[in-house]
Amino acid sequence: MGVDFELSQSERAFRDEVRGWLKANKPPDDGAADMKTFIENRRAWQKKLYEAGYVGMTWPEEYGGRGRSFMDQLIFNDEMILAHAPEPINVIGLGMGGPVVIAHGTEEQKRRYLAPLLSGEEIWCQGFSEPNAGSDLSGLQTRAEDKGDHYLVNGQKVWTTLAHVAKWCMLVARERKESNPRDGLTYLIVDMESPGIEVRPLVQITGDAEFNEIFFKDVVVPKAQILGEAGNGWAVAMTTLLHERGTLGLALATRAQITASELAERARRLGRGSDPLVRQRVAQHTIEARALQLNGYRAVTAVKRNGIPGPEGSILKLMWSELNQRMSETAMDVGGPGSQVGDGDGWKYQFLRARANTIEAGTSEVLRNILAERVLGLPRSR
Amino acid sequence: MDFAFSEEQEMLRRSAREFLAKECSPKVVRRLMESEDGYDATLWKKIADLGWTALGIPEQYGGVGTFLDLVVVLEEAGRALLPGPFFSTMGLAVPVLLEAGTEPQKKEVLGAIAQGSARATLAFTEPTGRWDADGVALKATQSGGGWRLDGVKTFVPDAHTADYIAVVARSRGGGEEGLTLFLIDGRPKGMTIKPLETMDMTRRWCEVRFDGVQLAADAVMGAPDKAWPALKRALEWATAALCAEMVGGVQKVLETSTEYAKTRHQFGKPIGIYQAVSHKIADMLVLSESGRSATYYAAWAVEADAPDRSLAASMAKAYVSDAYRKVAGDGIQVHGGIGFTWEHDMHLYFKRAKSSEVTLGDATYHRELVAQALDL
Repeated sequence: MGVDFELSQSERAFRDEVRGWLKANKPPDDGAADMKTFIENRRAWQKKLYEAGYVGMTWPEEYGGRGRSFMDQLIFNDEMILAHAPEPINVIGLGMGGPVVIAHGTEEQKRRYLAPLLSGEEIWCQGFSEPNAGSDLSGLQTRAEDKGDHYLVNGQKVWTTLAHVAKWCMLVARERKESNPRDGLTYLIVDMESPGIEVRPLVQITGDAEFNEIFFKDVVVPKAQILGEAGNGWAVAMTTLLHERGTLGLALATRAQITASELAERARRLGRGSDPLVRQRVAQHTIEARALQLNGYRAVTAVKRNGIPGPEGSILKLMWSELNQRMSETAMDVGGPGSQVGDGDGWKYQFLRARANTIEAGTSEVLRNILAERVLGLPRSR
Repeated sequence: MDFAFSEEQEMLRRSAREFLAKECSPKVVRRLMESEDGYDATLWKKIADLGWTALGIPEQYGGVGTFLDLVVVLEEAGRALLPGPFFSTMGLAVPVLLEAGTEPQKKEVLGAIAQGSARATLAFTEPTGRWDADGVALKATQSGGGWRLDGVKTFVPDAHTADYIAVVARSRGGGEEGLTLFLIDGRPKGMTIKPLETMDMTRRWCEVRFDGVQLAADAVMGAPDKAWPALKRALEWATAALCAEMVGGVQKVLETSTEYAKTRHQFGKPIGIYQAVSHKIADMLVLSESGRSATYYAAWAVEADAPDRSLAASMAKAYVSDAYRKVAGDGIQVHGGIGFTWEHDMHLYFKRAKSSEVTLGDATYHRELVAQALDL
């Protein structure tokens, strides 16, 4: 083999199959639906995708996966985005929960959790960030007190997507204090229906409540819910984050392509295409989106080789988040004051929402630290 | 799909890196930079013996290896700042011959290049420095069964050491219509070559004057007036080839800066511990990786003759032009005072970045081509 960007015959056949299936089965736009309908629609959509064999494609077959290649996953992701198909409900579970259970779970845990996660029956959320532990996860204060056969969990988590509908929460809590704050953490899979859990929506700068706060008060968590080893939760959390930035990074790379083409379309429609500065900006965004996508393709080669995404995945997330901000800024500029009125052709939301892109799933500052320290081997700054 | 080079190509890369480390060390680069013509015939012979001058040339003309193999070597050449006419011959002249040359021209010149016995270049730009068809004004008029050339070409890479020069001339009309390519063998009467003193002396540019230069009819490459489509394709090859050289340089600056940030101490600590420094280097990594991705894709698109080869080449050149200038500038910054000295090599990369940026069209030019492809 060698550098070859052409799809092979079997890859092309798979792409055509997916494209045809999505065309026939893609649900109608649910943008205006209320939250309850929205959740139920997305859950039904995941079930449909699952039954067609398009969920957990790279996961082992014995746990409900399809044992397919990363290349097929990439092709599928691209087709989903090109078709403007909605995401399945269980984004957190599919991107992080499942992979981390596969990596660190016991046989029993794999059998218990993976299948209902894939079908969308059980939704997952991620309890990492706290009001006083954002980038510095090791500073978290939620406690897991050892009570023999169970833990008693007390504390607060924040920025939790899907917490209000989730069955399971990937929770990192402090079991004991150690001199190294990365030691003594325990990774638990917490039943969100347990007594003592309260979920409150968190309203963000767009006016929507996409995230939640979770409050834990004397929540009983059986020890069978430990993922990995007690006190060794840091390693499990890091696996989770590698998957978050790596696999999601690939999907973001394709998303950037779509955003860039929508931006070009907006410039054309508003008659701004004759402005040389607009031409230069839109072209530059398009070039960067393409470079990002090609980086993603090259990262797939690394995933194929090593099984899990490497720290290079941080490049994708870093590039996408900053590019997405610049693209939404250009889109607002192109529309003039009209961009701020009403829904501003949808760009007003993008412009505001994009500010979170450089904060969520690793701030740009943390990602640059990762690149400097883990890819380039520069000395640790902390 | 596969996004990595083959094992053979990785071996070629390793052997090229080893060879250049030995035969084209910074000391050699500086010697050539300060020499009269910036060219070392002995080094050229060694390069030819390795088979590098045959890469990308079809077997029927004496070549061995693909364009992607050439790209691997060019990346290493850019990393080592290899002076001399390797890029002008293999990156500029070869594709023009391949795309526009007549069968006898290809046999003669490509054969000689592949063997290592000839060097060649392309004379495109004029004092305006433009790389589009409208920028060509050098006059070609039919005369005595052949052609007569009058005008001036400038910023022509390595014309002073070229045995053959392909010249783009205007035979009629304007724009993309009425361009004719000529292949000049040696130094015909009326042609004068003046090497220019430039900022990047690792790569020589020349002014080439044509005062009533008389050429035979068989000097025409392809059909008269119709050179543009072939030339455009040749420039796509050239652009991908130049980008490969450039990303080799970007990678070298990144590695040198990373190493320096690990070893240079200030305030009692290695400077790489400070995020103002390490984040700058992390950004260099992003630019380096993305530039490589864009370049490899462009190179593949040229070799595979993909429908988007023109767009891919423009995207790569736009991205890599900005990236190399930024990375080389930041490389000086990371090195502090030492990076500003003549003694340190960083300025050689900074200068090469700038000369490469304006060769074959700068980022602004290629972004405009991308905008046109987007129907803006």
